[in-house]
Amino acid sequence: MLYREAGQFKSSYAEDQQIFPILQDRIGMIVLLAVAFIVVPTIGNQYWLSAILTPFLVVSLAAIGLNILTGYAGQLSLGTAAFMAVGAFMAYNAELRIPGMPILGSFIIGGLCAAAVGIVFGLPSLRIKGFYLAVATLACQFFVLWAINRVGWFSNHSSSGVITAQKVEILGYTFATPVSKYLLTLSIVTVMALLAKNLMRSETGRAFMAIRDMDVAASVIGIPMMKTKLLAFAISSFYCGVAGALYAFCYLGTVEPEAFTLDLSFRILFMIIVGGVGSIMGSFIGAAFITLLPIFLNLASDLIASALSIEIPHAIVSNVEAIVFGGLIILFLILEPHGLARLWQIAKEKLRLWPFPH
Amino acid sequence: MTEGRLQAAERAHRIGGVILAVESVSLSFGGVKALSEVSFDVREHEVRAIIGPNGAGKSSMLNVINGVYHPQKGTIRLQGREFNDMDSHEAAKMGIARTFQNIALFKGMTVLDNVMTGRNLKMRASFLEQALWYGRARREELEHRRAVEEVIDFLEIQHIRKTPVARLPYGLQKRVELARALAAEPKLLLLDEPMAGMNLEEKQDMCRFILDVNDHYGTTIVLIEHDMGVVMDISDRVVVLDYGRKIGDGTPEEVRGNQAVIDAYLGVAR
Amino acid sequence: MNVSFFFEVLAGGLLAGVMYSLVALGFVLIYKASGVFNYAQGSLVFLAALCFVSMLEGGVNFWLAILITLAVMVVLGVVIERVVLRPLVNQPQITLFMATIGLSFVLEGISQIIWGSQPHGLELGIQDVPMEWLSEKTNINISQFDLFAALVAGVLVAALAVFFHKTRVGRALRAVADDHQAALSVGIPLQHIWTIVWAVAGFVALVAGLMWGARNGVQYALTFVALKALPVLILGGFESIPGAIVGGLIIGASEKMAEVYLGPAVGGGIESWFPYVLALAFLLVRPQGLFGEKIIDRV
Repeated sequence: MLYREAGQFKSSYAEDQQIFPILQDRIGMIVLLAVAFIVVPTIGNQYWLSAILTPFLVVSLAAIGLNILTGYAGQLSLGTAAFMAVGAFMAYNAELRIPGMPILGSFIIGGLCAAAVGIVFGLPSLRIKGFYLAVATLACQFFVLWAINRVGWFSNHSSSGVITAQKVEILGYTFATPVSKYLLTLSIVTVMALLAKNLMRSETGRAFMAIRDMDVAASVIGIPMMKTKLLAFAISSFYCGVAGALYAFCYLGTVEPEAFTLDLSFRILFMIIVGGVGSIMGSFIGAAFITLLPIFLNLASDLIASALSIEIPHAIVSNVEAIVFGGLIILFLILEPHGLARLWQIAKEKLRLWPFPH
Repeated sequence: MTEGRLQAAERAHRIGGVILAVESVSLSFGGVKALSEVSFDVREHEVRAIIGPNGAGKSSMLNVINGVYHPQKGTIRLQGREFNDMDSHEAAKMGIARTFQNIALFKGMTVLDNVMTGRNLKMRASFLEQALWYGRARREELEHRRAVEEVIDFLEIQHIRKTPVARLPYGLQKRVELARALAAEPKLLLLDEPMAGMNLEEKQDMCRFILDVNDHYGTTIVLIEHDMGVVMDISDRVVVLDYGRKIGDGTPEEVRGNQAVIDAYLGVAR
Repeated sequence: MNVSFFFEVLAGGLLAGVMYSLVALGFVLIYKASGVFNYAQGSLVFLAALCFVSMLEGGVNFWLAILITLAVMVVLGVVIERVVLRPLVNQPQITLFMATIGLSFVLEGISQIIWGSQPHGLELGIQDVPMEWLSEKTNINISQFDLFAALVAGVLVAALAVFFHKTRVGRALRAVADDHQAALSVGIPLQHIWTIVWAVAGFVALVAGLMWGARNGVQYALTFVALKALPVLILGGFESIPGAIVGGLIIGASEKMAEVYLGPAVGGGIESWFPYVLALAFLLVRPQGLFGEKIIDRV
């Protein structure tokens, strides 16, 4: 009864095209943002902020990036972590080598460099599709990591290979505490998510979806295949690059290639499968799910261990985690290929009628 | 089946000069000759039908006009501009729109989104402006939405505008494809078997829409069709193809009486 | 340039390539029969090797262990077909591919829970030492083990070729690979065929697992062998058994040559990405691979 759109008439196209056309959704979103910006920093403890919420936000951003490329534009990519790595390392280098560079500018440079790499490794998409393209992105993943490892310039010829990220300072204020890093990440991610949503509901988004659904037909009606595909790679890689920079600067504190392995690429792919391909909201839901799952499993195994008075070795827990991840992917692909976002939509449709059965 | 064609004097848009000229086009795939020295013209504002037995090369002809195939010999002349190696993207820019035999809609999008993609060539805002949803991007989006809604009204698909196209019945999908082609405000509209697989009622509706499009917007239409009744009723002139060659060209009455055409359809022993 | 060194590198590369082909064969089999690109093939190799070596260490007789492992692989194939593939039967290729990615995680987790995650050594009786009479005569060192692997691969390919072309089941498999609907309409039981295919692929995985395990030890890194098989398949075409062999040879040889001759110039470690970039370049020129079928997009 609460969730009804009856009586909410749209009298102009502008109203019809809002991101949240239903009033209850708008209110819900405002409440959510208020909680995220005001409530959480006030009551949240350091551990949750720095070890769970901030990385959740960062990988959500990367998931949005991957969703733009794979979910909206239909180009399967297994190189997400590589683009993040480019963003992280180039942001580090920009901060290091360009005197007086504001940190946000370094993040953007990281993103732009990632976009450039994305365009280069996206060129094959003009000739190849489907999982052949996935192989091309694997090439990107391996090549980029090798290059970052071997070419000393990227890590400033550091002998240990592990570089400390510079401090994040905007207009004299240093973001050093978990709360401040969380708020900075939250702000950046919120803004970029909004930009992404705007982009996907305009012509660019439609062009991406057209390429995904039937690219030959798209070309016949005038959508330029090459420009559109490369734009998808560029925008997606930009998002992943900024996410990578945030990952290094606001979460890890170090800039190292080991943080950006193939495993991370798969993890982000799982996020968009579980959360919902082709949905910005779904990227967040999937990221939350995949981030929280290991924590939940650890808690569960601790409970079981104490209840049965046995020791469960860590190796078992991490293997169970792998089994659960894999199993969930298969389950979602079978039951609801559009992920949790679609399940949420179905729930909303049911909510409209509740408590009536039909 | 439908009302007879309006008399020449009653037409809202009188048939004008030649807008499209196909000159001695030959097309082969490997050893197979799809088209041999086919020549005909299409006049502005008319409805031109291409008919012929299966395998006669009709779809290939449309694909050549559209830039999807490039003929080995011959030229296409659109409004005076000559081309025979233009690709389909440029053809779209030159004002040619088409529908396909097997529906080529974007199955992951709603009806509204599909028809909006038809306006893509008219959208000027860059992706940055779209991301900011500001100024030109926002205005364009609303302006084109208005134009698309007119097409949607015209083809009477308002009630399904937010439905994903994959859920629609076949007849409605074909209508949505027509809407998408119309949204581009084309000079030349190519329809590849727009009534294939439809029942009588759906065919009547589609005929009505095609005629309405021609009357209201004055769009020049070239269509491939198998139903002779439809062809005779709605077209101004007809081209008949058989085994890749042109064997008839003229008004429906002229073509109906043409012995070669009768032979081709009835399959006289050669 | 030292000629005998060149031949040594070349031969070493070709033989390494044979090892890749062994893994690629499993991919091709499954792709041919069900159109599924089975990312989990590497995990199957790992699982087979781990199962076998654990039994050996537990004192089980060599040939009995092979039989038991084979049985496990067959059962696994049936289960996978029923639980993962059947519900996804009409989905696009990408969906199935992603499902096999999920499957690989599941298989790896299960393997390590059952059999632990320590590396195991595997002895097949053939040493990884150069053949003496060859190195004495021509100063070229070619490993005995590598040659043995090549022999095994050759026998396997021959056996598969006979199976596909001379037996009824093989013919049915080829029919299914060509067109599911048509195969169904002439009465070929699709589910049985897919079970057989996965069983054969499991057998191929076992052979590959044995060879790789003997060479590198049975450890988690074995799963990454599957990743190396991808460039092999791109070169050879996803549906061709000879393609898997030829592709493997080319990838193996070029990888070794690049590492030895180009590597020093750019700091080494090229092996991690060179096969991929090579495959990529190939894709741009000939997307269907050397032996694959041309892909035609119709509107």
